[in-house]
Amino acid sequence: MSQPVRRKKEVFPTKVLSNTEITPGVFSIEVERLHDFIPGQVVAAAINTSDPLRLYSIASGKEQPFLRLLYDVKPGGLLTPQMARLQKGDTLYVSAPFGRFTKAPDDAWWIATGTGIAPFLSMAESGQTQGPTLLQGARYLTQFYYADFFKTAFGERYLRFCTAEEHPEVIHGRLTNYLKESDAVQAGRKYYLCGNANMVVDVRDLLLERGVPFENIVAEIYF
Amino acid sequence: MEQKEVLFGKTLDELKVVVKEMGLPGFSAGQIADWLYKKKAGSIEEMSNLSKKARAQLSERFDMGLTPSSKVQTSADGTKKYLFPAHKNLFVEAAYIPEEDRKTLCVSSQVGCKMGCLFCMTGKQGFQSQLTAGEIINQVRSIDESDLLTNVVYMGMGEPMDNIEEVLKSLQILTSDWGFAWSPRRINVSTIGVVPAMRRFIEESEAHLAISMHSPFDEERKKLMPIQQVYTIEQVIETLRDYDFGRQRRISFEYIMFDGINDTAAHVKGISKLLNGLRCRINLIKFHPIPDSPLRGTPHERMVWFSEQLNKKGLVTTIRRSRGEDIYAACGLLSTKTLVKKDEQQDY
Repeated sequence: MSQPVRRKKEVFPTKVLSNTEITPGVFSIEVERLHDFIPGQVVAAAINTSDPLRLYSIASGKEQPFLRLLYDVKPGGLLTPQMARLQKGDTLYVSAPFGRFTKAPDDAWWIATGTGIAPFLSMAESGQTQGPTLLQGARYLTQFYYADFFKTAFGERYLRFCTAEEHPEVIHGRLTNYLKESDAVQAGRKYYLCGNANMVVDVRDLLLERGVPFENIVAEIYF
Repeated sequence: MEQKEVLFGKTLDELKVVVKEMGLPGFSAGQIADWLYKKKAGSIEEMSNLSKKARAQLSERFDMGLTPSSKVQTSADGTKKYLFPAHKNLFVEAAYIPEEDRKTLCVSSQVGCKMGCLFCMTGKQGFQSQLTAGEIINQVRSIDESDLLTNVVYMGMGEPMDNIEEVLKSLQILTSDWGFAWSPRRINVSTIGVVPAMRRFIEESEAHLAISMHSPFDEERKKLMPIQQVYTIEQVIETLRDYDFGRQRRISFEYIMFDGINDTAAHVKGISKLLNGLRCRINLIKFHPIPDSPLRGTPHERMVWFSEQLNKKGLVTTIRRSRGEDIYAACGLLSTKTLVKKDEQQDY
């Protein structure tokens, strides 16, 4: 058996400040912030130091005094069902930030579904709101997490697409249909994608079909 | 009706729990493992050294869990592609690759894949489900050529390190004395470099490890493989340097060649710098174009040149022969996307 020289990524105990179910099955947890980070980075987290670590994008701004993570509760999952039970004062183990889904240029399009909104929330909360356009897809209206913040921050550059419900401020239909048809899709722009693998590969294929070179598509995957 | 549990894919420890729960003698666990993995029983009824009562008890709670393939395609070069049903009405593919001196099965570890690599057909199907250890080794057990196999590679659909628990369990079954009793040196597991799970694999298994590199350069690899945003190839290699792999265990790097993208002299230099001092080999792989891909394969002559340049730098490099391309069984082409029912209520 090969012998390890070094242990797994170091994690640090942090106190939970709040843990809120923002829509059924989706939580926003805020913990003490121990490290500086670049918006778009991730941390590894666990409830016990012996557990396998899970990765989460940071969803808070670089100047905010706490570290926020968004997570879906995965039934039968190792971490999230326990994480959902954490209360103020409990401990969550969190690594130093890492990852490089960062430095999106100001005229980029940000495209997200589900908790894939997290890195964009971090970028926006850190003040990057003047240039980017945010496209967010969801099945239900309640899944546009932090919509009020984005509406204020982005105004008309915040486009929401809902497949199952209608609302006057939201485009009823698929985000992918918009990308197929919109004249606003430009080859020279950078596209930052974050969400589940199915969304990332479908949107990337669409953008490639629309003539966007693959060099201009930057994807963060959730696994 | 409640679905029964399956026996195939249980480790000896899990079988010990089963027999204890059922009030059977402790040694029955070894007997059951023997029937499952060595004697290759097709049914619980065949387990003739268990009492009739024990077999009845087992049958009440368990199915064997063996699943025959539902479709087989044969390539002009003899490669065969097997389609296997998995749970949730999903399907995976396995590729049997016969060569003169070895018969290899390329198994899948997931239905689809979450990693979204730009050049991979499985990646284009998105992710549907994890496979259980039983479903992974069922591919080994249920192909027509099961008894001929000399090697198994975890290079089919899915990222093995993203299903590490079940992959490790399947490796344990394949390599334990109570299981298939294969040497771990006949097994090669690939990864794009999910570092924490790769550490577990290195520490808890003795099988060979293959890393998908495809570019030594950060910006370029990020565009080809989103994993580079989180775990860079530099970090992967740094992690490998933490371990002593001994002389028997092999590390290899897979390098699919894209015309005009990753096949230049700068890449030769980049690779040799990155792998400096690491005992490993490099496999150059022809890119098999997938629909709507912006990438094209490097011409063979250029691949030969690239290989020579790497060899000159002291890196053992080979060009992997392409197999099963006509039946979409070649590297990066496995996919069951057309069999996935589209979720009409998806969120994008």
